[in-house]
Amino acid sequence: MLAINKDNNSQPLLTLSNVNLQISGRSLLESVDLQLKPGEIVTVVGPNGAGKTTLLRVALGLQKPTSGKVEKAKDVTIGYVPQKLHIDPTFPITVRRFLALAKGHDKTKFVPLLKNVGAEHVIDSPLQGLSGGELQRVLMARALMREPDILVLDEPVQGVDVHGQVELYDLISRVRTERGCAILMVSHDLHLVMASTDRVFCLNKHICCSGTPEVVVNDPAYTALFGPYAARHLAFYVHDKEHQHDHEHHHECCGNEEDSNNG
Amino acid sequence: MSVVGTRKIATMDDFLLRALLGGLGVALVAGPFGSFVVWRRLAYFGDTLAHSALLGVALGFILHINLTLGIFIICQILAILLFISQYQRQLASDTLLGIFSHGALSLGLVALAFMDNVRIDLVSYLFGDILAIGYDDLYWIYGAGGVALLGLVWIWKPLLSITIHEDLARVEGLPVDRINWLFLGLIALIVAIMMKVVGMLLVTALLIIPAATARRFANTPESMALIAMVIGALSVGLGLWGSFEYDTPSGPTIVVAGCILFIGSILLPRRH
Repeated sequence: MLAINKDNNSQPLLTLSNVNLQISGRSLLESVDLQLKPGEIVTVVGPNGAGKTTLLRVALGLQKPTSGKVEKAKDVTIGYVPQKLHIDPTFPITVRRFLALAKGHDKTKFVPLLKNVGAEHVIDSPLQGLSGGELQRVLMARALMREPDILVLDEPVQGVDVHGQVELYDLISRVRTERGCAILMVSHDLHLVMASTDRVFCLNKHICCSGTPEVVVNDPAYTALFGPYAARHLAFYVHDKEHQHDHEHHHECCGNEEDSNNG
Repeated sequence: MSVVGTRKIATMDDFLLRALLGGLGVALVAGPFGSFVVWRRLAYFGDTLAHSALLGVALGFILHINLTLGIFIICQILAILLFISQYQRQLASDTLLGIFSHGALSLGLVALAFMDNVRIDLVSYLFGDILAIGYDDLYWIYGAGGVALLGLVWIWKPLLSITIHEDLARVEGLPVDRINWLFLGLIALIVAIMMKVVGMLLVTALLIIPAATARRFANTPESMALIAMVIGALSVGLGLWGSFEYDTPSGPTIVVAGCILFIGSILLPRRH
């Protein structure tokens, strides 16, 4: 575990401070603060439409926030694992060629990397024919080729069966342990992700609560956001207007009710 | 008598040769660009650029410049407008393309109608007039076509990355916007030179049909582009021959030949 640095004093690799984003008058993110430290796994959870993917895009520098700051530590390399690819079926491309398109790729790394993520058997398969889990592994291999300090994953287990989900989360934990890179991912899944993350941020445009999984699941804001969802396993949530705003250090509900209801 | 006869044959051979050279040149350029048009689903975009060609012809007459240059300028302007307007979120991109496409086509016809001293053969602009290809057209086709191909080779690899996932390419540090600009600019260039061979209504056909046919035989992006070049050249050759043999309009006959090859490729049994 020497690669994992959970020292709270270490400099964050990525800091989002007071990030707001409005697009065509619609508020997508409200005063979001988030820090990512070396070697930690941070997961952003939230219902559909909570702005999880938007938050990732802001963190990746793909979307400029309306206000607030996104700061990356010096010489930090980010590896990005998108949720899926939208490649036309007419595009003839194998996994090997896909890896060869990465900037600064090294052909001798292809097989070891694919082995590392458990996808060496698809190296000569067309990219379009991969299953959801295989594609995630291949995308991770491509991201890892950059030897990233931060690995950013957008809903890595979307469309993967439960068994495959467990395997993917195991893989993500292993990548962190072996390489010591920090991991920032978003998920709308709750159960499995909790087991393999250091810190959780609950997002519903604003950060409702954050902290270690144990702290977050006992947070009233978390229950308010996910109670019915978690219980019935349905992708809807009831925003409890009466829910307690607890402003203690681990969980704080910023943003106000009117805003989140209007959006 | 005999002198007139040989000259007639010489001229005959000459214009046929020019037609064939022009057609082949265009097919060679269309192969790789057409592959990207298919991969990136830009068929409607190509159509929109081509439909603005009449406006370019009008511009050429007004400014007294080469008509292909006029078409090129208008196509570039339209490409820039389309590129900028993709950042707005009010209208779906196909709605927007439809407005530009039909707007430009109609505006071109209206503009030409205002020019009393200009009489153009509309059909040859709509469907091409490969037999009227002159030496200056050949210079355009090979000059501009060569530039376009070199440009495409230059941005080939990053363009493949962008085609797979634009954001991933961005995170990896590729200048995505600059490459997209350049690519659309090059498409505008080749649309202008393809006009002469198949006409504005069929430009997209010559881009996408050979590429779609090549898909069955290709296992890399490069092989698909090269096979599309060969299939495009075959379509041009077959089409020209058919056009002579059956006295049919050349542009549409080339496209029909392309369609026949495409259907043939579907009917072939798969290798695997």
